[in-house]
Amino acid sequence: MNDTPNPTRAVRETSETVCYHCGEICRDTVIHAHDKDFCCDGCRLVYEILDENNLCSYYSIEPGSGNTVNRPAEGGRYAYLDDPEINAGLIHFNDGKHVHVTLFAPGIHCSSCIWLLEHLQKLNPGIFHSSVNFPKREVTVAFNPEKVKLSEVAALMSSIGYEPHISMQDLESGNKKQADRSSWYKIGIAGFCFGNIMMFSFPEYFSIADVADDPGLRQTFSYLNLGFSLPVLLYSASGFFKSAWGAIKAKQLNIDLPLAAAILMTFIRSVFEIFSNTGPGYLDSMSGIVFFMLIGRAFQNKTYQTLAFDRDYRSYFPVAVSVASAEGEERVPVTALKRGMRMIIRNGEIIPADSILLRGEAAIDYSFVTGESDPVEKKSGDLIYAGGKQAGRRIELEIVKPVKQSYLTTLWNKPAFAKDDAAERRASLENRINTWFTISVFIIAALSAGYWYWAGEPMRILHVVTTILIVACPCILLLAASFTQGNVLRIMGRYGFFLRNAFTIEKIANAKVIVFDKTGTLTGNSEFEASFEGTLDETEQDETGSICAHSNHPLSRQIALQLGSRFVQEVSDFEETPGKGIKARIGINEYRIGSAEFAGVLTNSEMNVTKVYVSKNGEFKGFFIMRHSLRKGVGEMLDKLAGKHELYLLSGDHDGDRERMSRWFKAENMHFKCSPADKLEFIGQLKAEGKKVMMIGDGLNDAGALQESDAGIAVSDNLNNFSPASDAIIDGGLMPGLDKLIEYAVDSDRVIRLSFAVSLIYNVVGLYFAVRGELQPVIAAILMPVASITIVSFATLLSTIMASVRKLKSIKHDENHISV
Amino acid sequence: MSALFLLIFISIAVAAGFLAAFLWSVKKGQYDDDYTPAVRMLFDDRPENNKTEIKKTNQSN
Repeated sequence: MNDTPNPTRAVRETSETVCYHCGEICRDTVIHAHDKDFCCDGCRLVYEILDENNLCSYYSIEPGSGNTVNRPAEGGRYAYLDDPEINAGLIHFNDGKHVHVTLFAPGIHCSSCIWLLEHLQKLNPGIFHSSVNFPKREVTVAFNPEKVKLSEVAALMSSIGYEPHISMQDLESGNKKQADRSSWYKIGIAGFCFGNIMMFSFPEYFSIADVADDPGLRQTFSYLNLGFSLPVLLYSASGFFKSAWGAIKAKQLNIDLPLAAAILMTFIRSVFEIFSNTGPGYLDSMSGIVFFMLIGRAFQNKTYQTLAFDRDYRSYFPVAVSVASAEGEERVPVTALKRGMRMIIRNGEIIPADSILLRGEAAIDYSFVTGESDPVEKKSGDLIYAGGKQAGRRIELEIVKPVKQSYLTTLWNKPAFAKDDAAERRASLENRINTWFTISVFIIAALSAGYWYWAGEPMRILHVVTTILIVACPCILLLAASFTQGNVLRIMGRYGFFLRNAFTIEKIANAKVIVFDKTGTLTGNSEFEASFEGTLDETEQDETGSICAHSNHPLSRQIALQLGSRFVQEVSDFEETPGKGIKARIGINEYRIGSAEFAGVLTNSEMNVTKVYVSKNGEFKGFFIMRHSLRKGVGEMLDKLAGKHELYLLSGDHDGDRERMSRWFKAENMHFKCSPADKLEFIGQLKAEGKKVMMIGDGLNDAGALQESDAGIAVSDNLNNFSPASDAIIDGGLMPGLDKLIEYAVDSDRVIRLSFAVSLIYNVVGLYFAVRGELQPVIAAILMPVASITIVSFATLLSTIMASVRKLKSIKHDENHISV
Repeated sequence: MSALFLLIFISIAVAAGFLAAFLWSVKKGQYDDDYTPAVRMLFDDRPENNKTEIKKTNQSN
């Protein structure tokens, strides 16, 4: 969790100026204040706040780990939080004098953050105390509502670099649920009872003379066992019964049904034996089954608390926006926006509804929607789709459609978004095998009942049938699957591949068709390839490169790199206008490099292509077409996948990349200019052909396709950022290793099958005794834990070994990779 | 034989004590966050209004 100082950072410190606050290299300007260097005003401001309040220990815990403040704190930015209707979803305690609120702050990343956020009371006396939950990246603040408002608390956090993330989804879901602790209680109680029952059963098993001879003592033990088994049956096992009952009501067979039947059967049989004084019963086996199954389920349900796999557009859209009104400006909740209202959007804010630009220069960054991060310029009168982020000055827009009917958000009305978890469970391998298993057990029970009837011992039928059901409990089978899946989930998570649940492993393993999005998925967001169209002679190339080498803009740097010039020419009068271009002089020649307008070129601008125009002394020389380059190693990964899978490409972009992509994708499998709904429908068609489809995408425009596919994988370069609802989230830096991860998923599916086979052996041994009517409680008591422990170690060990066989470790790690 | 009953009673009582301790710890939220408390206990509470000392330690880092 980023606790050790980053070694690369330490090396940098010696050669370049490093910001005292955030630890980044100061690229453009160095602000020297208070004997320290800062990379920007944001960092300096945070330092000043902390310095004033005696909170500089922050920097001694983990030097250079602060967050930069990008947006200056504006008075009214959080004003909407003071609206009781809105903040009801955030506040979980309020008695007029104390308010407790939990805010999600994705900026939390190290121990310094914990320290600072737990000292908020020093920054504002109205705050009583605050505590951080690091795994959830949450801060719980207790404050006095008479002295400080919720909006001020939010603004305070934001001013020290921990901007609270408040989304419509949080507010709509109402009060945050308390962490579910019932599984802990259930495990604790089952373990306690299981241990005690075992202890009281031992004398009977080993036929210790005193116990066997003293009916009083034996009965005491039996009744104690019965007493201990009740909480197990009634409380700890309640989840299995509920789920089984649900299945019966729906007239379906689920995993928990035979399990619940076995638990109930064991209990009834044991009660009968105890009261009729014919034996000690199988209560220890029963509580053992419940105990081990609960542990297995808890292990299987590894959850990543900071990742959300169910986000939709609401978690990404703002809660409120500024709307022009008679009194100037007011904050209106996004849900209350209506057609015709005039929104005011400032730098960095997201446009929540389809609207028409009225005033100002819009440069819209659609990176969340398409994965394309270069801002698109819009002129007044242009229609702007919801989901873009304004980069530049303040703009005014008139709403054309309310939020829920916008071009992008209507996608969420499609039926694909009603995914059913129960159906998922039913379709899993574990359930299919279980069905088959249950049927065979019933057949065996019927056959042996028939045998004993025919053999003239009908009295034994009941005895044999119940023991068969007890011993054939699918518990071992299910344990094997639970532990393998839980282990695989953890191993994958360690490398940066996070699965929503255990069923995803099987779905990834079975997918034969893989559909990729292009921008942001196969290509990175910040690396480019430049190709020049026009004429530049050798000196001009050198000169252009030299000028570009002076700029820090990613596009300029790429051009400089590709032209291969390293400050060959003396550059003078260098002037860079952000968002426009560079003007510079070499000798007598003046160059302008940048947007068409900046370079003084009239063009019929083509959408979706990033071009950098070059003009020399006012004469147009040509332009560079900048294309996102593929992520490093992705080409090799596709080479490997192409052999085993059918690959498709669905891109929202123009088809300029068709040629480059044809190495991996068949011409008929590549589709460009797809709308979000097109993508969804295309996946639907593939599924209709009976194919198992895996979709890999990143933006909101892939959200429909990710939902519709059997296994949707969202690519995210920053795990704290937004990613659309999906079955799995993969760290962008891990894309080159995707083939290995898929192979590993296939392996783990095999491990599960293999451990099913092994557990069947145990069942056969048990059945051998049961069919003959010779299953003594002691055999059941030994068989069950031994089988459970061996199968669990077998499955866990094998899946760990497979991870090293597949060399998952060699997958390149991103420097920013965050473990969750 | 009565010694045995006494021992049984004591053993159950001891085990129940541990169970109660476990349930109490779950209820107090000790299993909700297994990371932050471990970090929190390592923070030193520095004396307040002692800016110079704090600054010195900073520079040594």
